[in-house]
Amino acid sequence: MPSVTRLLDDTAMAGALQRMAREVVEKSGGTGGLVLVGIQRRGVELAARLAALIGAAGPPVPLGKLDITLYRDDLSTIGPRPRVGETSLPDSIEGRTVVIVDDVLYTGRTIRAALDELADFGRPRRILLAVLVDRGGRELPIQADVVGQRIETGSDDRVDVAVQELDGRDAVELVQGAPL
Amino acid sequence: MTAAALGKDLVGLEFLTADQIRLILDTAEPFKEVSERAIKKVPALRGKTIVNLFFEASTRTRISFEFAEKRLSADTVNVATSISSVSKGETLVDTARNLEAMRIDMVVIRHPSSGAAQFLGDRIRSNVINAGDGKHEHPTQGLLDLLTLRDRFGKLEGLKVAICGDVLHSRVARSNIWGLLKLGAEVALTGPATLIPRELAELGVQIIPRIDDAMAWADALNVLRLQLERMQGGFIPSLREYNRVFGVTRERLERAGKELVILHPGPMNRGVEIDSDVADGPCSVILPQVTNGVAIRMAVLYLLAGGAPEWQAS
Repeated sequence: MPSVTRLLDDTAMAGALQRMAREVVEKSGGTGGLVLVGIQRRGVELAARLAALIGAAGPPVPLGKLDITLYRDDLSTIGPRPRVGETSLPDSIEGRTVVIVDDVLYTGRTIRAALDELADFGRPRRILLAVLVDRGGRELPIQADVVGQRIETGSDDRVDVAVQELDGRDAVELVQGAPL
Repeated sequence: MTAAALGKDLVGLEFLTADQIRLILDTAEPFKEVSERAIKKVPALRGKTIVNLFFEASTRTRISFEFAEKRLSADTVNVATSISSVSKGETLVDTARNLEAMRIDMVVIRHPSSGAAQFLGDRIRSNVINAGDGKHEHPTQGLLDLLTLRDRFGKLEGLKVAICGDVLHSRVARSNIWGLLKLGAEVALTGPATLIPRELAELGVQIIPRIDDAMAWADALNVLRLQLERMQGGFIPSLREYNRVFGVTRERLERAGKELVILHPGPMNRGVEIDSDVADGPCSVILPQVTNGVAIRMAVLYLLAGGAPEWQAS
């Protein structure tokens, strides 16, 4: 039987997002030229939350979404994903500070693909990475600039992020003994 | 659903399930956006090699496939038969085996003989995509017609589509019939009796002899090209008479008294099966069809490429 450990409940997740929003602004040197880009699927919702938190105190923050499916490096070994999601970016990312937002940072391959895809849309001044959960286990030299929660996991573990918009609740759970 | 569910080859819509057809249409959606980007290219098929093997004249389909391949970063080679060893008498299977010996991943084939794509697919390990085989099927054209209709009407269930004209010689008609019926649309055929094979009624389509009656019945009209190069059999008295009795003209459209959506697979014989003011008018989705063609072909290439040829998998 897989065991499920609650890492963040809705209150803790809201607190983590508040902290992340502050750090995103700090590390970007203000909100001028800031663009948040969420990675499909749950990164999109998290980016929208961060944008709302940052935008509450000032002008709205431009928001984009990125589906990295067509930039993956495992088409021949794993095969195509069943559904390719939408990619839409603000008019220009040229010279902006782009913050990539994702739910879980693990091997780093998704972020590698996201960096390749962004480069095809323009040349941002800087790119930062913000993730709700950093679970370790990197296979590429990629690190997050802003992290909601850091945890140690094994390769048999799974980290599930639930968001209100898609799952009807906010939570982060560690599932052990039930690999994907 | 994984790509393996599409199988190795795309030979015709007859051999796909409704779910497989929907998967291709849904996969085409994000590919439309790729063609709108400043850099119209994604690396999904980087390192894949594709041969476009065209044994018959084609402009639109060949260019459309080539754009689809290039926008997915595949490496492509075009073989036109007039300048290949086919003109020295090499057989289809020898040509293909030689290409496969160069370790290609996919073949896109257009051929004047019905069944050529299936024949090839059964004999080589690379993925084979049918780009039109004789009078049999032209599956990517059928798929792009489905996508264009779905864009316009929101859904295909219950939609009434009339296919007009030279059904006899048309692989586009056959792919449309299979695809539309599988996705729950109703299909009627209209045109000269000499060009409407009666046996197609067995597939569950109705035959409406008069085009005005078909237009009164339909939501959309797929106007087929009169295949002048295959007209030695005396199927119609003259082009002028064909236009008068079966041509889609503005007067006919006005008489139908509704907003019919007009499709045409191209190339058009203006003034024969369709008049210019219809083809270029507000009801026409002929150019959206061409745009959707690239997205559909990208989706098919992407989904088939996932199922790696056996010599790679082993």
